[in-house]
Amino acid sequence: MKIKNPIFTTEDLCAYYGDFMAIKHVTVKIPEKQVTAVMGPSGCGKTTFIRCLNRLHELTPGARITGKIFLRDQDILQMDPIIVRRKVGMVFQRPNPFPTMTIYENVLAGYKLLGIRLPKEEADRIVEEALKKAALWDEVKDVLHRRGTFLSGGQQQRLCIARALAVKPEVLLMDEPTSALDPKATLQIENLIVELKQTVTIIIVTHNMPQAGRISDYTAFFYLGELIEFGPTAEVFTNPKDPRTEEYLTGKFS
Amino acid sequence: MNHTYPARERWRRFKNRFILAAITVLALIPALPLFLILFQLFHKGLSSLSLDFFIHLPAPPGESGGGIANAIVGTLIIVGLATLIGVPISILAGIYLSEYGKDTKFAEAVRICADVLQGVPSIVIGIVAYAWVVRPMGHFSALSGSVALALMMIPVVVRTTEEVLRLVPDILREASLALGVPYWRTVLKVVLPTGMVGVTTGILIAVARIAGETAPLLFTAFGNQFMTLNPLEPMNALPLVIFNYATSPYEDWWQQAWGASIVLVLMVLALNILSRLLARRIAGEK
Repeated sequence: MKIKNPIFTTEDLCAYYGDFMAIKHVTVKIPEKQVTAVMGPSGCGKTTFIRCLNRLHELTPGARITGKIFLRDQDILQMDPIIVRRKVGMVFQRPNPFPTMTIYENVLAGYKLLGIRLPKEEADRIVEEALKKAALWDEVKDVLHRRGTFLSGGQQQRLCIARALAVKPEVLLMDEPTSALDPKATLQIENLIVELKQTVTIIIVTHNMPQAGRISDYTAFFYLGELIEFGPTAEVFTNPKDPRTEEYLTGKFS
Repeated sequence: MNHTYPARERWRRFKNRFILAAITVLALIPALPLFLILFQLFHKGLSSLSLDFFIHLPAPPGESGGGIANAIVGTLIIVGLATLIGVPISILAGIYLSEYGKDTKFAEAVRICADVLQGVPSIVIGIVAYAWVVRPMGHFSALSGSVALALMMIPVVVRTTEEVLRLVPDILREASLALGVPYWRTVLKVVLPTGMVGVTTGILIAVARIAGETAPLLFTAFGNQFMTLNPLEPMNALPLVIFNYATSPYEDWWQQAWGASIVLVLMVLALNILSRLLARRIAGEK
């Protein structure tokens, strides 16, 4: 399978927690401006995989990575992790707005926390743009200066998406972003993801097969740390090459 | 069943009520002394509280009247200076333990030392401050008293800072790191502000604790009958006034010692109540 313009290319990527090998020799190309779903049973290394892509993995004590990860043509393992994380944003499983900050400040956190001062007009523009992209603007435009923690779970998660988008990343990693949300909020986030892929590449870990089917263009299937299947979602879902993918998809194990 | 053993049932109920009543009375005992102390203080000392008492300097021995203005100002200066010395050190050490040292042997050793320091008798701290600051300077000073009090304050604030910062959820640290924020900035701008109310509560409790300490001041700040704002000179403080006046032969001074006790207790009480309110605010936010 040919991927034109991969944004991420991993070569023989292995990730460890101490002696435990959580990701085993993964070589894959992730297409640009598409939604790639990362699936597989619990503990198969999905989250570890995407945490390698913004080098959050190595923050766990004893964790390390071998192999290569290219963002376009730069090996991110040779780059300053801070620069990698500016280009590769992340949304977490549980909404985590900063409790000490207002909604406005949360969106600008990627600038404020780095000590970057923006002129008022530019700050206002970034906030409005990011909140609009995250489909939250209409709901919060009158309460921008209230604490983000007063919002509902779904709104908080969209606030976190806005916060990640505000620094204009090339890739947005999402670690089961709807698993803590109700069905209505989940649907809003799914619609949002489909919108966002016009401007940003999305790699989303999900346990939810119908969700992966609805929103993703490509699916990567992990099993016990190995990437056993990768391809266009429609193909992986209807005609999996590996029997283990089929077993998972048909609910034989989870 | 009930009507089979009515007598035993009644006896059991009686025992239950009796024990409950007994432990309720016992539970009053820890609460009672506070009220007895306050009653005693106001009973003996209220008459010495007047405007003069707060704005005048002590009268010479044998003369009546005079106030404790210098001791009130002195306590504020000595405790304030101790806070300025102790708090930055403690917060940085607390940050180290919670964010950097974590489970290392060094961090564990620091924790043990802090806990032991907390248990060192205050009179010993006073002697050590005498040897470290008073002797090299050649005279008593408010500063040496502040150093002694800071030593008492540090372990308390270090441990509360550490504990409060550990309660800050990891997902907030990750949210910040994932935005490309360096770890040290994440600690200063996300972790510390998130735990700030708790850290402040810890500082207030520590300040309340040291404000009433007498022993560390006896041979450091020493006391002074006059008003001074210079921390390099001997300075008066409320606990010193109480100690010196209560052990003096003058009845008028005994009276003033009661008055000074009221002022000191109310100050400490106010700090305690403030820290309670802050602690409740943290609980409310969760």
